[in-house]
Amino acid sequence: MQLHEFQAKDLLRRYRVDTPPGQIALTPDEAAAAARQIGSDSLFVKAQILAGGRGAAGGVRAVRSPSGARAAAAELLGHKLVTSQTGPAGHVVKRVLVEAGVAAAHEFYVALRVDPAVGAITALAGAHRPDIEQHLAAGAPGFQSVVLAIAGERRSGDIADFCRRLGLSGDAAAKFGELIARLHRAFVELDATLIEINPLIQTETGDLIAVDAKVSIDDNAMFRHAETAQLRNDEEVDLIQLQAQRHQINYVQMDGNIGIVVNGAGLGLATLDMVHAAGGTPANFMDIRTTAKSLDIAHGVGMILDNPRAKVLLVNVYGGGMQACDTVVDGLAIAFRKSGRVMPMVLRITGNNESFARMRLANFNLPKTECTDMWQAATRATAIAQGRA
Amino acid sequence: MPALIDRETRLLCQGMTGWAGTYHTDRMIQYGTNVVAGVTPGKGGTTHLGAPVFNTVVEAKKATGANASIVFVPPANAGSAMLEAIEAELPLVVVVTERVPVLDMVRVREALVGSRTRLIGPNSQGVLAPEICQIGVMATDRARRGPIGVASRSASLTSEVVSQLTAAGLGQSTTIGIGGDPIHGIGFAECLDLFFKDPETQGVVLVGEIGGTEEQEAARYIRENGLRKPVVALIVGRAAPPQCRMGHAGALTAQASDDADSKIKALQDVGVIIAPSAHLVGATMSEAFARRAA
Repeated sequence: MQLHEFQAKDLLRRYRVDTPPGQIALTPDEAAAAARQIGSDSLFVKAQILAGGRGAAGGVRAVRSPSGARAAAAELLGHKLVTSQTGPAGHVVKRVLVEAGVAAAHEFYVALRVDPAVGAITALAGAHRPDIEQHLAAGAPGFQSVVLAIAGERRSGDIADFCRRLGLSGDAAAKFGELIARLHRAFVELDATLIEINPLIQTETGDLIAVDAKVSIDDNAMFRHAETAQLRNDEEVDLIQLQAQRHQINYVQMDGNIGIVVNGAGLGLATLDMVHAAGGTPANFMDIRTTAKSLDIAHGVGMILDNPRAKVLLVNVYGGGMQACDTVVDGLAIAFRKSGRVMPMVLRITGNNESFARMRLANFNLPKTECTDMWQAATRATAIAQGRA
Repeated sequence: MPALIDRETRLLCQGMTGWAGTYHTDRMIQYGTNVVAGVTPGKGGTTHLGAPVFNTVVEAKKATGANASIVFVPPANAGSAMLEAIEAELPLVVVVTERVPVLDMVRVREALVGSRTRLIGPNSQGVLAPEICQIGVMATDRARRGPIGVASRSASLTSEVVSQLTAAGLGQSTTIGIGGDPIHGIGFAECLDLFFKDPETQGVVLVGEIGGTEEQEAARYIRENGLRKPVVALIVGRAAPPQCRMGHAGALTAQASDDADSKIKALQDVGVIIAPSAHLVGATMSEAFARRAA
């Protein structure tokens, strides 16, 4: 679960991480009032959307007065913001954070995350830079990292050494080390998967202030964080994806015309690759989780039948020990009956309860072509989608 | 003898008395797996599916000589179930549970350091030694004994690959699902090590996908230890939209080298044969065997 900047900062302040004075505003008037209360002549009005790249996209405005804050808020609120991370549709700005500007002596990038390569929490830091995304993608040369255990340092002195490697000494190193310890505690207690502070500002007096903050919480740990769960933002995932998840289906809408029904993430990725290789374009990615029942599957199939762009349904199912073929076939039948849309269907169904599933399939009288292997099914579906069959 | 499990495997099931535990334990017994005990706190002293149930793993191990465990415990308690099995020094622990909190897995990984346990999963379909022993929830109908070791990040693709191999006349020594979660037990590198050392295994199939570094670590293992048997890899996800990737928040998402092409290149560089498509894994392995024989 991703949190907005203001939510992330609210949580981090509980761990004594300093942030600039700021207030959330839902209207331009509230933004002006917030600016007055903050009482600084260096202010930022920041669009609260769940995507990065806001600065470059004009989602962070520097203003000098309450009237400036009102004008900036009016331009942002209710409008779509398109950033490098939002996709072309952008996100509608529903809130802005009005914050005091902070004079920086130095700026850092700091992140804590679970690093799959080491199976532990890793803190990463370096000098802030405008091209941070490319820099990280290139493996963050020059940045320093330290591996942390759940309980804290793996060896006493690890964090101090990390600060030394960052070129810090004396009081600055002590403060930075303290901040890392606080972020680590927040990370573990919140069940975070990522805490990113970018930039972290060091003031002339040596204080460290989190000017931007991104926190993601582990969805799988939400059962032990009822309070955090209430922070969930509706705009986080598109409704289609959220609905599908409630039915034990991972579903990602794409812009092609071949609707895809697959059980299992790996088989789903393989099917996308094959459709692509056959020259077709998928309308969606689907991974029916093993816990999905036939009614859940019907819901997922229904989402494809509701998609006007989809011209053909490609069903690629390997019935496993946990989800037999007939469960999927039942789901298909229910979805077709409910929708009433007649969409051609190319099926490749094999594995557990295959013959029983085929018998059920015959009874349902659905329009279908059966294939014996995945490639045949992908090429056939592509031909139908392109009007060649 | 297959890798990891064999006829001497004595399995205990953590969470055996639940719905999933009952269903799959029954399947494993039908397959011929020697299930010696179940563990469900509070149900000690009862019998389930013909096996004695204990309150703790330590008790179960002591009473039955169990040397492997499968974990069906729901996500909230799966982490502590794993820790309990590691403390009891069970040599092999296979975890089927999906959606285990990631920091619980970090705790488990800390406990694994210096332990006697080899962990498979979580979110794994399990380990299968065809016609000998099943520890897991995988489809078994197409699996046959033979010379190929299969290690995979995906349950559904494992079934597919096994089916292709069997159709090509290539049975399997052992199939191992390393699990689909970012933090897990053994990885591809350790699977390769097991398969290279196992006399029955003559070839290996790796089933990988975008995200993570498993494939790169496999490549590194081969570079350091040599390609001692033919290895075929299938890497899926080249055409996937960015949202299909594991974990995608913040600038840190943009990690270099976790895309399909970098993984394929890393493996090709150390002599791994790449299956050109998911439907050609069996054929690719057949050709590799034919070339070797020629």
